[in-house]
Amino acid sequence: MRLLNRLADPDEGAVRFQGEDVRGLDPLDLRRRAALVPQLPAPLPGTVAHNVRYGPSLCGEEADVNAALAAAGLDDGYAVRDAERLSVGEQQRVMLARALALEPEVLLLDEPTSALDEAARDGVERTLRELEHRLSTVLVTHDRAQAERLASQVVELDRGRLA
Amino acid sequence: MTSVDISLGEVALALVLVALAAAVSVWRRAELESDLGLAVLRSFLQLTAVGYVIQAIFDSDSLWVVAGLLAVMVGFGTFTAHRRARAVPGALGPIALALGAAAAVTLGLVLALGVFEAEPRYLVPVGGMVIGNSMTAAAVALNRLADEVRAQAPRIEATLALGATARQAAAGLVTRSLRSGMIPLIDSTKTTGVVFFPGAMVGMLIAGAEPLDAVRLQLILLWVLLGAVALSSLLAVSLGYRGFFTPAQQLRELAGV
Repeated sequence: MRLLNRLADPDEGAVRFQGEDVRGLDPLDLRRRAALVPQLPAPLPGTVAHNVRYGPSLCGEEADVNAALAAAGLDDGYAVRDAERLSVGEQQRVMLARALALEPEVLLLDEPTSALDEAARDGVERTLRELEHRLSTVLVTHDRAQAERLASQVVELDRGRLA
Repeated sequence: MTSVDISLGEVALALVLVALAAAVSVWRRAELESDLGLAVLRSFLQLTAVGYVIQAIFDSDSLWVVAGLLAVMVGFGTFTAHRRARAVPGALGPIALALGAAAAVTLGLVLALGVFEAEPRYLVPVGGMVIGNSMTAAAVALNRLADEVRAQAPRIEATLALGATARQAAAGLVTRSLRSGMIPLIDSTKTTGVVFFPGAMVGMLIAGAEPLDAVRLQLILLWVLLGAVALSSLLAVSLGYRGFFTPAQQLRELAGV
């Protein structure tokens, strides 16, 4: 997943985004267009609103915090809460809101529910299904059933090769 | 100021205290006797050799020779700090620049301000203290930086993934590492004269200087060192953090992560 937004480079071959080798693109711009939700939440110190605003603020833009929270299934009340003191499930939604605040073309989801219990997972999956009309999503999961539930196209990797 | 004459016999008498240290080691089976012996031998040989070198430099009265000696000190300081900060990729250049700049700027300023005269008698010992303290501060700050990057790697990557540059992703860690490099000297400056007497002041008092003269010199040295340590830590971490990132704003794979 880290290859897709160029947090790492492949040893061989190439990753293309809209037909262009990602090594030819500005990495910062690519990461805003293809936003990653990490496997484990990594909130910045501060409020949820600060976390959501951070990405857009890097390029001088103002985030619509409440809209991003709503899209990630969180109500307005979360904006003022300390992001590091939320449950893992809530933090993962903040990661989703933070990525959505960048208004990306693609959402990269790296096992976004692996650290969550069943109820929290179902909630995040519901949110992801609502988002599928708004943007393209690449989801990595070890849970084949989840892939079937969420994806329109499933690609299976077995020991690094397409199965 | 009167000079003091210390005979080799008097130096040898101080070995009684080393014998006490060896006795403690034997009694408590600390197995430090051979280390103690080596430490005594090395300190005697190294300091005696340095004594002759400094005497020769004072006799030469040449600022070029002083500059050469300070350059050698920066070189040794760089390699020592680099050994201690091995976890920071590509740290040699930043450390060399940090120590070199700390020495050049602080000595240049004290000379320009007329605090000391441009004589080997002042420049060699003050330069040695500046470079030694800068070396320790740079090594401590870079070590902290490596620990921070290792501990915060997921958060750094998550920040990069939001479109942050390496500089933006590392800003918090760089500040914390800078503080680590500066805090030990700030703390020892706060407690100086209460918890411990600094070496230069002790040396001057023993050599027969007036206490207030000794204090004034020590204050100059402490304040010069604060500036040197701040500059050295700042340069080491501000340049050193780049070693953890690729030009494509990626966090490098770290050994042992």
